Amino acid sequence: MSRYAAMFDRLNREGAFGAFLMLGDPDLATSARLLDEVVRAGADMIEVGIPFSDPVADGPVIQAAAQRALAAGVRVADCFDLIAALRARHSDVPIGILTYANIVVARGGFMRDAAEAGADSLLIADVPALEAEPYVREMEQGGLEPVLIAAPNTPDATLRRIASLSKAYTYCVSRAGITGTHAAGSFDRGLIDRLKAAGAPPPVFGFGISTPDHVRAALATGARGVICGSAIVERLSRGGAAGELVGLLKSATSNDKARNDSGAQ
Amino acid sequence: MRLSGRFGRFGGAYVPEILVPALEQLEAAFLDAQDDPAFAAELNGLLANYAGRPTPLTRCRNLPANIYLKREDLLHGGAHKTNQVLGQGLLAKRMGKTRLIAETGAGQHGVATAIVGSLLGFETVIYMGAEDVERQKLNVFRMELMGATVVPVESGGRTLKDAINEALRDWSASFESTHYLLGTAAGPHPFPTMVREFQRIIGREARAQIEEQLARLPDAVVACVGGGSNAIGLFADFLEDDVRLIGVEAAGKGLDGEEHGATLLRGTPGVLHGAETYILQDGDGQIADTWSVSAGLDYPAVGPEHAHLKDSGRAHYVGATDAEALAAFKALAEREGIICAFESAHALAHALKLAEAEPDSIILVGLSGRGDKDVAQAQALLA
Repeated sequence: MSRYAAMFDRLNREGAFGAFLMLGDPDLATSARLLDEVVRAGADMIEVGIPFSDPVADGPVIQAAAQRALAAGVRVADCFDLIAALRARHSDVPIGILTYANIVVARGGFMRDAAEAGADSLLIADVPALEAEPYVREMEQGGLEPVLIAAPNTPDATLRRIASLSKAYTYCVSRAGITGTHAAGSFDRGLIDRLKAAGAPPPVFGFGISTPDHVRAALATGARGVICGSAIVERLSRGGAAGELVGLLKSATSNDKARNDSGAQ
Repeated sequence: MRLSGRFGRFGGAYVPEILVPALEQLEAAFLDAQDDPAFAAELNGLLANYAGRPTPLTRCRNLPANIYLKREDLLHGGAHKTNQVLGQGLLAKRMGKTRLIAETGAGQHGVATAIVGSLLGFETVIYMGAEDVERQKLNVFRMELMGATVVPVESGGRTLKDAINEALRDWSASFESTHYLLGTAAGPHPFPTMVREFQRIIGREARAQIEEQLARLPDAVVACVGGGSNAIGLFADFLEDDVRLIGVEAAGKGLDGEEHGATLLRGTPGVLHGAETYILQDGDGQIADTWSVSAGLDYPAVGPEHAHLKDSGRAHYVGATDAEALAAFKALAEREGIICAFESAHALAHALKLAEAEPDSIILVGLSGRGDKDVAQAQALLA
């Protein structure tokens, strides 16, 4: 069983909490320490960004994180080393990579290297379902589970395509636009229902999740988890502690109301 | 999508999933408009009576007389950009959009978009690198004079590619009301195909004009390539003919260094701004900084159709350095009384070499824009 499948099994009706960190932000040593910190604080799955110079799906917070990492001289090979070290310390936590197509294309054998480092999944922000097939094939050959994005405006035919191509989870964007804390999501129950009807992998909400209320609202739609990125990265960039926020948001995933609502689908 | 959006292995639509429906809507509107005589009539009316088409074909009198200049510098707005902003503006109306966004480098495409925003009644927002806003104050004022809002982009290197990033981010949130009026034949499908079709008129007119004047086709067609819209527009109607097609990239301070914008000559395949194409990048896939004396050629990617024309061998790509372009700029002003854009001067620089090597060849040059925007810089560089 894959680490994601085992995690969703273990959590049962409790929501999965995914913490996103940009690898190498602000430097390699700090990044390694932060990865540990968010696992210890209760993150169920870790999503890691490999920095790209031109991240068009990201808002100012994640852009700045990528810039800090690149300015520190972080290379893709360093990112794989960080993943390998995290995997060595935590054998069960699912690790997903989020990056952009050009980073993947530029490195022959990216999928294999990522899987060997210990990553479980890969989401390429600028590869929609329309273009995903060759990438998905390579991921499967390399030993990674493909993750695709579903948005409120994604038509059913595309959701069915996502269902047939992807594995670990379905990354649901809660609103139009880019990553960031500038606007909360409007967690669309309709999207979750349509994904379930399409037979897609477990839906997990991202974009605009920064408070326990957001977590509860997202899970109340029947989503199986949430991913928080910008709020964590922003707090870190201001010298705050990630663990505290992760603990707070994670505690909202076992909220009884969310459990009842998601049970009443 | 109804069309493949591929040029050989290049092209495609590499955008976040949320933007795919917007691209599908745009493709549908474009294809429907192509079949609608009323759309063609309105566009052609604007091209003729507002923008000033057809543009002349000028035979050089004092520079080598086998050089013929397709005079897009005489178009309203001062460059070929106006052809396609009118097309996209009318499409945006058809789709019921009320707001236009665009990226701009030195400001030519921003000015063109501000023109169409004013003419057709859109709210218009132009993203422009903060560095470029500083350097191009006059163009910022032009855009604002025509009612557009100019947003300085502070991210990345604060130039054209960062402005495109920011426009794509805006569009990800605003596509319901907003059309992204991309400025060149690059980006995700359907932009490369659509922009080529709206720019095809350059080559169609030039072909008819040269046939009328000489009763034959040219031997070579030469155009500068940044994103590649004026080149693809000039090339499109010659693709099936026995005519050499030559694209001239910015060799900047020299192709052996890193300060150039020669994507096809020095880049490698990758994915940027929605398309698989040639890209200037490092070994990790991080996008490189580029350099050219002309802002319009200072871009690390290139339209995917040019990538395919290069690989298939149908077109040939060369470089012209800053110094060569400046010399051509000066020669055209001194000898022919025409002040052209620095971008167009790259095409002319290669044409002058070609004319010397092949005095019997007929050479058609895309003079894509006028040089008003560059005179202050030229004054500093030539002093």
